Amino acid sequence: MIRIENLVKNFGAKRAVDGVSFAVERGEVLGFLGPNGAGKSTTMRMITGFMPPSSGRVTVGGHDVAESPLEAKRLIGYLPESAASYSDMTVRGFLNFAAELRGLRGAARRQALGRVVELCFLQSVLRQSIDTLSKGYRQRTCLAQALIHDPEVLVMDEPTEGLDPNQKHEVRNLIRELGSKKAIVFSTHILEEVDAACTRAIIIDRGRIVANGTPDELRNLSELAGAVTLSAHGASEEKLSGLGRVENLNGAFRVYPRDKAKVSELAQAVVELVAREGWKVEGMYSERGELDEVFRRITLPDTAR
Amino acid sequence: MRIIWTIVKRELGAYFTSPVAYVFLVIFLLLTGFFTFTAGNFFERGEASLAAFFGWHPWLYLVLVPAVGMRVWAEERRSGTIELLLTMPVATWQAIVAKFLASWLFLALALALTFPAIVTVNVLGDPDNGVIAAGYLGSFLLSGAYLAVSCMTSAMTRNQVVAFILAVVVCLFLILAGFNPVTDLMVRWASPAVVDTIAAFSVVTHFDGFQRGVIDSRDLLFFLSVIGFALFATGVIIRGHRSG
Repeated sequence: MIRIENLVKNFGAKRAVDGVSFAVERGEVLGFLGPNGAGKSTTMRMITGFMPPSSGRVTVGGHDVAESPLEAKRLIGYLPESAASYSDMTVRGFLNFAAELRGLRGAARRQALGRVVELCFLQSVLRQSIDTLSKGYRQRTCLAQALIHDPEVLVMDEPTEGLDPNQKHEVRNLIRELGSKKAIVFSTHILEEVDAACTRAIIIDRGRIVANGTPDELRNLSELAGAVTLSAHGASEEKLSGLGRVENLNGAFRVYPRDKAKVSELAQAVVELVAREGWKVEGMYSERGELDEVFRRITLPDTAR
Repeated sequence: MRIIWTIVKRELGAYFTSPVAYVFLVIFLLLTGFFTFTAGNFFERGEASLAAFFGWHPWLYLVLVPAVGMRVWAEERRSGTIELLLTMPVATWQAIVAKFLASWLFLALALALTFPAIVTVNVLGDPDNGVIAAGYLGSFLLSGAYLAVSCMTSAMTRNQVVAFILAVVVCLFLILAGFNPVTDLMVRWASPAVVDTIAAFSVVTHFDGFQRGVIDSRDLLFFLSVIGFALFATGVIIRGHRSG
């Protein structure tokens, strides 16, 4: 549904997005990760047709966003950064306005309104003016606006920013649910969200894609992936070091695999060693790797620019 | 067309859900009353016309119209809703025209509420109502020209105060270019052709005809082209922001 080829955006001398290419099909939820200022918002603004790219092409549902913007925009629902909405309007007024701009009239509009109000739990605030809403309701109102025409493509810029943990959970569930029928791109810098909602994730840094894969594939990039942590009575670092590099963590030992491709063998070997030595095991885990670590290793912090 | 109407409705609604509209209407009506009857010597003139009323409009609008127009784009940019609006299936020109029309309709409403002036002059004497109608048309076009300029300056910045000041400066130029004390000064050092050319850019020159009851196609064309040009420039400015 979304196809991006060699997208470049320059702001004066600064290159905000530098040769980004990817595609998102129906049924995919793509998480867009990256430090602040990495070019996430700029890329999304180019997908939604708000900004023209300096070079490269974006097509949505086969329509080139630069050449036939209206056709492309009809297919897209967009939740802008910090859920910008007309704060002087009531929730109902705002959603009606969005519906009318999307060409929904009469019964179709009422039906669409009913659907998104239910989906985003807005029933209790319909008559309230948007500037009196809490951050969570405001975010959901803006999300409802993006969903009003049941778009095939959904683009969301930090949809869970500023929400409390319960609200975050709800929004992630909603994204995952919607993802089965739509092509979804959303940006975040909360790494758990990748696990909670995405089928695929892209990490972008200084305008370039530095990693692209399923959450598990990304996690496997982590040094930690496949390591075995063992806490056992009688265990010695010396014996374990025969299996791989060992790290001592306050009484527990972490063994890193020598070869990432043979991680299952490492766990097996540790179990055998424990049995042979007769150590009394208190705990043993196989590490999945941490997205945090991958993220930190492949992106530069803001301060390093 | 429907898209434009949808945006016009929203914009008009936005005026009336905040106190801005009411404050503006009250101040506008108080000032027109003051200028017409006190400063304009309406009664001492002893003539059944609204010359005292319309004569002040270029100056009155100078302050009041930018106050209406300053928020049009600056507020959208400040709050980020411009991103929402322009990623809807709406062409930029539709959004520009719709926002302009909504504010212009609001100014038309303010102008319409001055109807007691017409009643007064008709009760007291026997005015030429055709001249009054032409005056109203001219005043409406004048407010449209100022408003289009205000929309343009509003698109330049996300700060409404800056938009307001810029609009006042540009509109002041549009007045002064044909304002008699200024043209009298210019005659001393410039040839009459130059002075006339400069004065031709002035709203005062073109508003004069309407006040006398003459609807000249050149004056119509002048106001409409100021509006057209300013809105076109608004489009260029907005496109400039979007391409970064």
